[in-house]
Amino acid sequence: MAEKPFDNHLGIKGWAVGGSWSFERYLYTLHRLTGLGILAYFLMHIFVTSARVFGPDSWNALLGEEGFLRMTVFKIGEYLVFAAFGFHALNGIRLALVELGFLVGKPIEPVYPYKTCLHTSRAATAALMLLAAVVIVMGGWEFFLK
Amino acid sequence: MRHSRLWTWHIFAGLVILILLGLHMLIMHLAKFSPNSLNPAGGEAIDWANVVARGKMAFFMITYILLLGAALFHGLYGLNTIIGELNVGHGFKKFCGVALTLLGVALFLFGTWAAIAARGAAMGM
Amino acid sequence: MSETKKMITFHVRKFEPGRDAAPAWRAYSIPLSKGMTVLDGLHEIKRTQDPCLAWRYSCRMGVCGSCAMLINGKPTLACNTQVSAVSEKEICVGPLPNFNIVRDLVPDLTPLFEKHQAVKPFILRKDQEEMENPSGEYEQTPHELEAYLQFSYCIRCGACMAACPTFATDRDYPGPMPLAQSYRYTSDSRDEGFEERTRAVDRASGVFSCHFGSECSAACPKGVDPAKAIQLMKRRMVWDYLHFLKRKKPCGIIHGQRTTGRRENIPEPPEYTIPQK
Repeated sequence: MAEKPFDNHLGIKGWAVGGSWSFERYLYTLHRLTGLGILAYFLMHIFVTSARVFGPDSWNALLGEEGFLRMTVFKIGEYLVFAAFGFHALNGIRLALVELGFLVGKPIEPVYPYKTCLHTSRAATAALMLLAAVVIVMGGWEFFLK
Repeated sequence: MRHSRLWTWHIFAGLVILILLGLHMLIMHLAKFSPNSLNPAGGEAIDWANVVARGKMAFFMITYILLLGAALFHGLYGLNTIIGELNVGHGFKKFCGVALTLLGVALFLFGTWAAIAARGAAMGM
Repeated sequence: MSETKKMITFHVRKFEPGRDAAPAWRAYSIPLSKGMTVLDGLHEIKRTQDPCLAWRYSCRMGVCGSCAMLINGKPTLACNTQVSAVSEKEICVGPLPNFNIVRDLVPDLTPLFEKHQAVKPFILRKDQEEMENPSGEYEQTPHELEAYLQFSYCIRCGACMAACPTFATDRDYPGPMPLAQSYRYTSDSRDEGFEERTRAVDRASGVFSCHFGSECSAACPKGVDPAKAIQLMKRRMVWDYLHFLKRKKPCGIIHGQRTTGRRENIPEPPEYTIPQK
């Protein structure tokens, strides 16, 4: 009788958790989520902003002072998109640099305790995430406190 | 198309978006830090008067079209990558690739028309 | 004077095909001794409690790559992991994720080897005759060796594959180990196979499906840093597309005579300083 092996792939759960060793793993997951969020908003945004072609009435119905999209829930949603952009853009800079081979260091003879590309890129990662936090907070101030 | 080519353009589009969307965010959401010339009618960035004022400037028409193209390519290539990494059939992945390309082209054409038509309408005001 | 032995509980993921529908955890309590590795613990369980427990191991000293498994949620080598460094009370041991389970802690590593073979992990030269019937050694400076040496330390254990988020969902993705090996050979100055390997990895579900989750480098027990190799491979391919890549000449061959005599230009040894009988 042929014995059937068991499929032990983690599936989509593996995108969120898996080896769970490094901070960069969670940046990967967040980058995906923010990207999808921004894309969903953007596809709607193309149509909303095209309303300006049809004159002030159609524009104001959506975005005027009494416009539909001025409701609080949409304002919060828009802030989340702004925050997502702040993170996605700065993490994107980090990814563009790393994936083009900058910040990863040169091949070295591995001597325990091992120094990997995670160590060489950590300073830049920290700086960029700090910048992302600044952008998000600045935006929050503009959106809600001004 | 080989993915080294698509990915290189994905990164380049990301750079374009960083600059143009960064500017867009500055105008829309960080008005305190953006120059007055970009919100000439004062008040909020999305007031109709400001929309018309920006609509007249060729700079905005061109940058909107550039941003539209870069963002559609970057976003839809990203979505295609995510779908491509799921455990689904090859046929479905190919279908998504074609569908997303067509969607991107259609939205780009629509958005370009809107940007040009909006400038035309603004010039007439 | 009697000594109360410290006990530790091993939660092991057991699966017997044909009998079990799915893997299930089973607990074993064994004495914790000083310096005990996870591998030692499994041997103790098999010796005293469950002779049917199955897993792979060989060298028990971190060079063969056989005993990679999931220890407290992290893929690593069982022989290299001190139990007390993980926990003093309970430890969870499961098979490597992202591979089918053959039995208990034994993963089916066939995809690992197939994907590895697909990137042609050997020196490729354009001169077929030289490859089949070499006339001499290839020249390589120590500096050229440094470019790929780190990535040649890979022991094919599969821990990086288990940690990779892309490999968790995409069955077509080569995985960190084959991609790192594609760079190991591409960056080897003896190799002329860049175009062939590019064809193998520059495709949908290829090297550009790596998004620097970087778990592979964190999980690697030998410091191979596969994430670094993969990003360097991407850089090489993008630079090639943008025509920034300087194509190097392949390294030369030292043509030697296949005799037992001394080769030319190798000096004679100095005179003996002590009298010879």
